[in-house]
Amino acid sequence: MAKKLTSYVDRVQQSRVWRSIFRGGPGFSNLRRALFVQQNVFLHLFSVKARKRVLDFGVTWYLGALTFGCFLILVITGILLMLVYHPSVPQAYNDMKDLQFVVSSGVFLRNLHRWAAHAMVFLVFAHMFRVFYRGAYRPPREFNWVIGVVLLLITLFLSYTGYLLPWDQLAFWAITVGSNIVSAMPFFGSRIRFLMLGGHTVNANALLRFYVLHCMVLPLTAIFFIAIHFWRIRKDGGLYPGDLEDTVEEEGPHA
Amino acid sequence: MPDPKDFLASRDSDARKTPVRVAFVTRRTSPAVRTRYEDTVMTYPEVFFRVIVAVQLLAAFLVGLALLWDAPLEQLADPMHTPNPAKAPWYFLGLQELLHYFPPVVAGVLIPTLVVIALIVIPYFNINVQAEGVWLRDRARRLRLFAVVVAALAVFLAVFDVWVALAPTLLVAAFMLYAAFVDPASKAGFRRWLVRKPLAFWIMTWFLAVAVTLTAVGTLFRGPGWSWVWLWRG
Repeated sequence: MAKKLTSYVDRVQQSRVWRSIFRGGPGFSNLRRALFVQQNVFLHLFSVKARKRVLDFGVTWYLGALTFGCFLILVITGILLMLVYHPSVPQAYNDMKDLQFVVSSGVFLRNLHRWAAHAMVFLVFAHMFRVFYRGAYRPPREFNWVIGVVLLLITLFLSYTGYLLPWDQLAFWAITVGSNIVSAMPFFGSRIRFLMLGGHTVNANALLRFYVLHCMVLPLTAIFFIAIHFWRIRKDGGLYPGDLEDTVEEEGPHA
Repeated sequence: MPDPKDFLASRDSDARKTPVRVAFVTRRTSPAVRTRYEDTVMTYPEVFFRVIVAVQLLAAFLVGLALLWDAPLEQLADPMHTPNPAKAPWYFLGLQELLHYFPPVVAGVLIPTLVVIALIVIPYFNINVQAEGVWLRDRARRLRLFAVVVAALAVFLAVFDVWVALAPTLLVAAFMLYAAFVDPASKAGFRRWLVRKPLAFWIMTWFLAVAVTLTAVGTLFRGPGWSWVWLWRG
């Protein structure tokens, strides 16, 4: 049975259609495995091989991978939530009620989006501290650390803009508190606040702006920087192997 | 008879690793290898498999959370009714706690900006890259400097009544002081570990301790008018 299945998979992989899409051929040699990664537009961000030692759970705690996992969950649940959400006052709040009472599994969907968002903020911080305490920011990885700081800020903005969207008391006043802080900025604080909110107070314009930022601008920016962040791991010589005395890193650019 | 050659020629026997690599080892020296062969695995499937398992476990955990606890939803937004206290999302509550003590331009703009800049420049300072134990050299002078900085910081925080930041500051300072008097050759694992910690470690740990304390206080112990309330009496 298993043999039959394998031969079937083999046949599909050898077919002209499969090969035209995935560019690779059949088989499970290491060459095939390497090509699987290297010949794929998304996977080629990663290196073909990894140091075995770095994959132990205790080294990275998989915090970066888990953060990305949260991001994926948020994109999926977020798109589904967009199907029932109107960024207008007071319809936004009514949509929350609809999620609760009308939409099948609506509450679950919103819960999952919210808890995954909190988890992502927490994991981004945890990832940053883990990287710091391992000393993984050291050259040649210093620029990837900077990109990580940018991603931390994007994550905070994503979470913050999403906070307003339910248009309940919690959302409204949390954004009011936050936007008041912005206006404390010297010289152009109140102008930035006006630009951010589309008015002098948190109102329907602010909701629309936060919606566009939350669903379009910030996710796309995040994806852009995540791609560079992953690609730089490969370019900077893989995950930081740690500072064992007998390990001297190879010099020069990596493939 | 001619002089013997000053080197020996040999070949690595493992042809899979080094198909043709000739090593010339001169007499009176020994072959020293700088790089170590690391065990590597193929990214596909080894790394992808592990990552997928980790993400699946996380997803299962979050689904469980989403089934058990509902996301909060309060009344429709009403600009006329300010809740007391009006709180920002939890990750900004450390900042909101600071706003209680300092003017907005300091707590809301200056401090976050400085934190972000500090984070960005970390890898560009050689002191952070070399990461020498802070107490391993020049200890007496560094101790004096340490005393001045901690005293200044403590006075500053006390003047503004920021006890919630002073407590973690003193705690981290106490550990740092303890590390200063640990014998670097100490056998005890924790002490050995502590004394080798560089300055960057201590600053980051201080930042982490203060940030966690402020966030926890802002989230759990602040009630109406930003007054102190005990979590268990609320």
